Amino acid sequence: MPDVLMLACVVMAATLVVGLVPMVRSTSSVERMLTAQLLGTNGVGLILLLAQILDMPALVDVALVLALLAVIAVVAFTRRSGGSERA
Amino acid sequence: MLDWISTFLILAGVAFFVSGTIGLLRLPDLYCRLHALTKSDNLGHGLLILGLMLRSDDLLTALKLLLIWILVLTASAAASQLIAQYSGRS
Amino acid sequence: MNTLSWSFLDILLVIALVLLAGAALRARSLRQSIILFIAFGLVTALVWARLRAPDVALAEAAIGAGLTGALLLTALRNRPSEESRLVSNNGMRWGGRWGNVAITVSVSLVALGIGWAVLYGMNDTQSGRLAGQVGSALELSGVSNPVTAVLLNFRAYDTLLELAVLLAALLGILSLGGGRATHCTVDPIATSLRGWLVPLLILTAGYQLWVGAHAPGGAFQAGALLAAAGVVQHLAGRAHAGLPVGAVLRVLMVSGIGIFMTMGLWTFLGGRGFLAYPQRWAGELILLIELFATLAIAVTLILCYLGSEPERRRITPAGSKP
Repeated sequence: MPDVLMLACVVMAATLVVGLVPMVRSTSSVERMLTAQLLGTNGVGLILLLAQILDMPALVDVALVLALLAVIAVVAFTRRSGGSERA
Repeated sequence: MLDWISTFLILAGVAFFVSGTIGLLRLPDLYCRLHALTKSDNLGHGLLILGLMLRSDDLLTALKLLLIWILVLTASAAASQLIAQYSGRS
Repeated sequence: MNTLSWSFLDILLVIALVLLAGAALRARSLRQSIILFIAFGLVTALVWARLRAPDVALAEAAIGAGLTGALLLTALRNRPSEESRLVSNNGMRWGGRWGNVAITVSVSLVALGIGWAVLYGMNDTQSGRLAGQVGSALELSGVSNPVTAVLLNFRAYDTLLELAVLLAALLGILSLGGGRATHCTVDPIATSLRGWLVPLLILTAGYQLWVGAHAPGGAFQAGALLAAAGVVQHLAGRAHAGLPVGAVLRVLMVSGIGIFMTMGLWTFLGGRGFLAYPQRWAGELILLIELFATLAIAVTLILCYLGSEPERRRITPAGSKP
């Protein structure tokens, strides 16, 4: 039943847009990074659903790459605290 | 039958994503929001991927889906630790 | 019912894109802009996936959502801290209000032009479009993935020149010599992350390189993944980011262009024309070129991230990675 999957897809996209509201309105960069993290995992789920609906197994690879790389931005973000790590 | 189970699992997974987003919007501080976020990462993805695995055509795709789940699990655990640590430091 | 759902999905994705683009432009600090830009990259990858373009989605997921974020955050770290807090709108102040109006009008005109071109292209007859031509010539190319066939065979010139552009950018960065070494602190979370993420990234890079012949993937995606492995190493406290030093590093830097030129000259002297592969070996030749292109792209991206060549003395024998 592709219709139910499609519905799940639309709901996921809706949560993604709703999740953007704190991202756009927040003033702290930690909160923004946190929301970006949610966006990443949400996006992985959405792409997996799309892979099933569109019947494109290649999209599973896209989700894999996204899951591998979404964490790197978080690591890069937390790697510095006000320049204290500078030599 | 398998189809119904898979659909149920996928919808349950999506429900966890919805609740994670609501948590992000409504919970009072960063640590609570981290808590909400990891739920949707772990269980939301787990149920969604389990549901999709039941529908996958071949074993390779199913294993790849499982790998993605394990990846998301570990990555989100590490990422939320790092974010919590970072906000505790500053 | 289904068309309705698709339009809902499309509208939601477009809203997300526009929201993030606007927020990234108006953010208070460059740091916040970068975070919003990372999120923008993520949503862009989603849009490409929805448009059934997995090749572009792969590249966007690897470069836009992953590497660019790390690259920009590191670039920001190298600036004096008071500068990074400047309002990003300062850049637009040169022209005042009219400057903003001029920028908005010209950007809108370009957008309208691109939109018109896309609509015009869609209405064109099937035979006149390039996709049909590629499809009919696909079996001559040695690979079954049309994107790889175009990039590495039909339009191999373009890919060669792209590698040259990358190398030129790298030479520019290296000659600026920003080279202040960043010493990353070593902590258990990052170290354990490195322990499993780096091997997986290298494995996926190899998979992408191999699968590129018959499914979405290829040298650029594989190179970006390999570069991500280097970036993770550096973030987890390894100053040399897994790179070799000295002559080996420089050979790797030019290896992509080197192998391309060698192939081109070889086919040229053989009387076939520049980069016109013999059809029998086209598949193998493409894989060979892609292998070296992957290494060159990975090394280039890591060096762009580091800003300078890693120093020789900082490398411990136990820390060197193949």
